[in-house]
Amino acid sequence: MTVIDTPLAKLETAAESSRKQLGNRWASAAALLIAILWTIPTAGLFITSFRPENDINTSGWWTVVTNPSFTFDNYKAVLSGQYSLTDFFVNSFVITIPAVIIPISIATMAAYAFAWMRFPMKNTIFILVFALQIVPIQVTMIPLLKLYVNLGLAGNDAPGGGFYTIWLSHAAFALPLAIYLLHNFMLEIPGELVESARVDGAGHVQIFTRLILPLMTPAIAAFAILQFLWVWNDLLVALVFGGGSLDISPLTVALANLSGTRGADWYLLSAGAFVSLVVPLIVFLSLQRFFVRGLLAGSVKG
Amino acid sequence: MSTGEKLIQAFIIVALFFAVVAVILLLTSKMRSKSGELVQSAAFLLPTFVLLGVGLMYPAISTVRLSFRNNFDKLWVGFDNYRTIFTDTDLIRVLVNTAAWVILVPTLATFVGLVYAVLVDNSRFEKGAKALIFLPMAISLVGASLIWKFVYDDNTGILNAVTEALGLGRHHWLLNSPANTLFLIIIFVWVQAGFATVVLSASIKAIPTDIVEAAKLDGVSGLKMFRYITVPSIRPTLIVVLTAITITTLKVFDIVRTVTGGNFKTSVLAYEFYVQSFRSANRGLGAALAVLIFALVMPVVIYNVVQMRKVVR
Repeated sequence: MTVIDTPLAKLETAAESSRKQLGNRWASAAALLIAILWTIPTAGLFITSFRPENDINTSGWWTVVTNPSFTFDNYKAVLSGQYSLTDFFVNSFVITIPAVIIPISIATMAAYAFAWMRFPMKNTIFILVFALQIVPIQVTMIPLLKLYVNLGLAGNDAPGGGFYTIWLSHAAFALPLAIYLLHNFMLEIPGELVESARVDGAGHVQIFTRLILPLMTPAIAAFAILQFLWVWNDLLVALVFGGGSLDISPLTVALANLSGTRGADWYLLSAGAFVSLVVPLIVFLSLQRFFVRGLLAGSVKG
Repeated sequence: MSTGEKLIQAFIIVALFFAVVAVILLLTSKMRSKSGELVQSAAFLLPTFVLLGVGLMYPAISTVRLSFRNNFDKLWVGFDNYRTIFTDTDLIRVLVNTAAWVILVPTLATFVGLVYAVLVDNSRFEKGAKALIFLPMAISLVGASLIWKFVYDDNTGILNAVTEALGLGRHHWLLNSPANTLFLIIIFVWVQAGFATVVLSASIKAIPTDIVEAAKLDGVSGLKMFRYITVPSIRPTLIVVLTAITITTLKVFDIVRTVTGGNFKTSVLAYEFYVQSFRSANRGLGAALAVLIFALVMPVVIYNVVQMRKVVR
């Protein structure tokens, strides 16, 4: 599945034909209307984030047309001031990086075992792992939190400041889908390649590290991007397992809290929101191709 | 913790993890015999089994058990928690809201996505146009909620400016039930329409051109082409998109929490689960709500997976 157009089709597509009949002008107008409706909210917030506090609180962002006044103060405030979000920005990275690397490494190993190793009940176990995708995150949360507390992994005195609960949860939740997707990619590698390596006397560990890992890099990258965006954008896991401790909360939690109070710092939300959007937008725009590819398969994730 | 300490912690966990994996691989790398392969498979799968067992299977079973216990996990109460969900007035409200979300979000998002995909197909601006509508998919639902909070704002929101200019007056969009649920739903439609556009667009491009040509020779065009050729040809993909959005919708909680905090009768199942379990400490009821989400999601996922197999390869 790809979004890149193939220029080979001189023949009209069905959609193109429909559009021509509707009249290109009307079709374009309708498309433009949807595009504008979809862009205005984001554009509005973007403009708002550069307006002075007083303007934000008293007038709409479109008044900049007649009364333009812009400032970087909001960004200064959320990056260094009293309401600084930089700590949460760091937390988001500290949460996300291990929560991407760990499940993907584990899943690649498991996918290799399911694809190329022989052991009893292989198919049954694989189907079981695949089936775990249907378990919604919510179903696991109450007992998991209790378990973390009993193990001493939650709370302020916990090892790693309590980050372990969030890392482990994200890792577990990512596994079923990661294994399934990587297994699919793994099967596309020709079996003769693995077989001939075996005949040459290579063991599984060698084949895995020297042959399969390099071949799997694009697939691993594709899943890594999906996982990165899920974890970076997550609110629920961080809220529940972070135990409300702002010391380890990511940006999403900080912004959600700021939004709930609607106090004096309301005007900072616009700049704060944009700070949180920058990273996923960069990832998305630069790696769009990979993202779309994994998207459909990832749509049923728990 | 300071920034440095946090980064060190992240580094430690990753290093620790790779050390464990390296040890496992090294210990098992020398085995070649048949029983050796068994040990090796076990080693490759061990981390998966541990994480899935502890992180998913045990808690899921435990939650099902807890849903039949009272809120302090002291007594068996049979189906009482479930009875509460279907009899308590506030919780019935939650169910009705959830139903509205599950019906409206998939249909509206898929409809907009389909129309938009057809409209921009093979046009000059296709790539940019699709990226534009797809962008909300990349950002967090918290971010999306904030964006729309500014749209719905009583004093400075653009929606009130527009309705006032049209002579429809100003409104408290997020305060008045049941309309406020509709305005929350719009946020999620805004997010999901891009997903529908991108997936459906790929499927529209895959319609064989000879079918289109044949239809044209028969004089089919315009809306008829859309209705009798385009839509039937991409039916399986349409179902996959609808079901995928349904699943996500059943589990969405961020929007309600960020925009209204569940106030003004806007709560949905996934949000109520969070409140009952972790705010009100009604763990039995929370578990029952989680199991209900599970029960609702399961058939849709199974149907989705079956349909997906038809679409992908």
